Amino acid sequence: MKENAKIKTEKKLRVPNKLSPKERTFLFITIPIVLLFFTFNTLPLIQGVIYSFTNFRGYGSYEWVGLRNYIDLFHDARVGNSYLFTFKLAVVTTIIVNVISLVLAVALNSKIRFKNMLRGMYFLPNVLGGLVVGYIFNYFFTYILPELAKMMGFEGNSMLANSGTAWFCIAVVCAWQSIAMNTIIYISGLQTVPEDVYEAGSLDGAMGWKQFRHLTFPLILPFFTINLVLCMKNFLMVFDQIMSLTKGGPAQSTESISYLIYNNGMSGGQFGFQSANAVVFFVVIVVISVLQMRFLGKKEEQL
Amino acid sequence: MMENKPKRIQKNTWVTILLMLGLVTILFPLYMTVMIAFKQPSEMTNSISGILSFPEKWSLDNFREAMKVTDFWNSLGNSLVITLATIALSIVIHSLIGYVLGRKKARSKAYNAVYLYLVSGMFVPFAILMMPLVKQTAHMGLANEVGVVLLYTVFYMPMNTMLYAGYLSNLPIALEEAACVDGASAWKTFWRIIFPNMRPMHATVAILTALGTWNDVMTPLVIMSGDKNTLPLAQLNFQSQFGTNYNLAFASYLLALLPIVIFYLVCQKQIIAGVANGAVK
Repeated sequence: MKENAKIKTEKKLRVPNKLSPKERTFLFITIPIVLLFFTFNTLPLIQGVIYSFTNFRGYGSYEWVGLRNYIDLFHDARVGNSYLFTFKLAVVTTIIVNVISLVLAVALNSKIRFKNMLRGMYFLPNVLGGLVVGYIFNYFFTYILPELAKMMGFEGNSMLANSGTAWFCIAVVCAWQSIAMNTIIYISGLQTVPEDVYEAGSLDGAMGWKQFRHLTFPLILPFFTINLVLCMKNFLMVFDQIMSLTKGGPAQSTESISYLIYNNGMSGGQFGFQSANAVVFFVVIVVISVLQMRFLGKKEEQL
Repeated sequence: MMENKPKRIQKNTWVTILLMLGLVTILFPLYMTVMIAFKQPSEMTNSISGILSFPEKWSLDNFREAMKVTDFWNSLGNSLVITLATIALSIVIHSLIGYVLGRKKARSKAYNAVYLYLVSGMFVPFAILMMPLVKQTAHMGLANEVGVVLLYTVFYMPMNTMLYAGYLSNLPIALEEAACVDGASAWKTFWRIIFPNMRPMHATVAILTALGTWNDVMTPLVIMSGDKNTLPLAQLNFQSQFGTNYNLAFASYLLALLPIVIFYLVCQKQIIAGVANGAVK
């Protein structure tokens, strides 16, 4: 065994000299690109983890504080609220977006007139920038909607100024943009379903809702998985819409995790503390993504 | 069968009508933006009709003023330079690495590890990189457009590498081997045979990267120092100058939306195909 290992290491050591020109070219391509990736992705990630064990304020000197930041995180009401808000937003918006997108996709994929024009129009919100869209909706929620409410005999207060309803405005704006993208993905899913599946189904009496529930939906389940994972990830990282709609208010009720890290970490003197928050956030994103793919992957296999 | 047909057509007419009605939700915010952008503050009475009616006079004064206030041409220039440079770098770098890893990962554990390493970067949220990157880019003299472009090239690497590596399975390996027999080096083979054949994927990568970078606020916001702006960033930074002059603000928003809307109207088909293609792969 030892002999063998020795030979193996020797072989490995000798390899660089014996690389074919093709292998050398491949290494010549891979090494600088991996270095670039390491420098601007892995290196800051490592630094972030290191900062999370310090009381760095973003400037000046700092000390090691061990796990202090992590312990404090779990007692910090503001951090806790931002997690609650972000998850509430992500879950509710993901549901809204996927229900509407599925309906829209089925409608846009049926034999309708002006198909291309309609698809084009429904996709438009996706190419617009989240920040500017947020500003436009900010005006809508602040001035137009209260007026409409008054005309219909309700109280004419802005939903954005109320900490109980502001989060829903953000959900609406996020959904307005994401529905476009998700619909397109569902449409490409529906196009993978061959026509004869429906024909065979209609012989068995599967029409309408039954057809969708038992034939179409199981066949486009992989696209449902993609949309769910994409939605959750995007909404958990929400930032632009918060910046332009509420800036975290009223009363810090709509501070997303990204917004809190940006706001308190960059200018609030909590560089170290928010680094710990970011590390936890990173772990949460990884766990959720992996769980979603595992769980939904299994469901796909069962079919 | 024959009896069913007229019924079906009728049903689909209803779907068409419902879809047309649904367009209100898409078009209303845009209509509102255009109306406010063309009006003068004096026309904005407190009622909805005052806000949503046509302006008395279609004047471009708000746009002229907004361009001056937000330094529009400079912001537009910065956005264009950043987006185009990112697309160019992404297509070159990501197709190269996608090609190498796509070809090698099945046969070499080391290359497979590199592939997994790069792709797993997809899970790293910008929030955790943000603070260290601010220090790092400032330290390296990259707190500018160059830094932002480099960062985008790195951030989009996981997704694009996966797309390119996946697309390789459409290209028969015989293509390369034939070139190899003719004595072409791996480098030349890539540029002459692989790169041109990856064209459909270049389009997808270009479109996904363009939409992401053009509309991104967070990266330039924290990385670029001084008073340099991208188009969306300018909207954020000039909020205080708009004050309560919503007409001026909306003229500026409309100007910020216009380039991407025009681009979308011109390349609508390619954009929808590209986005669908990228997400499904």
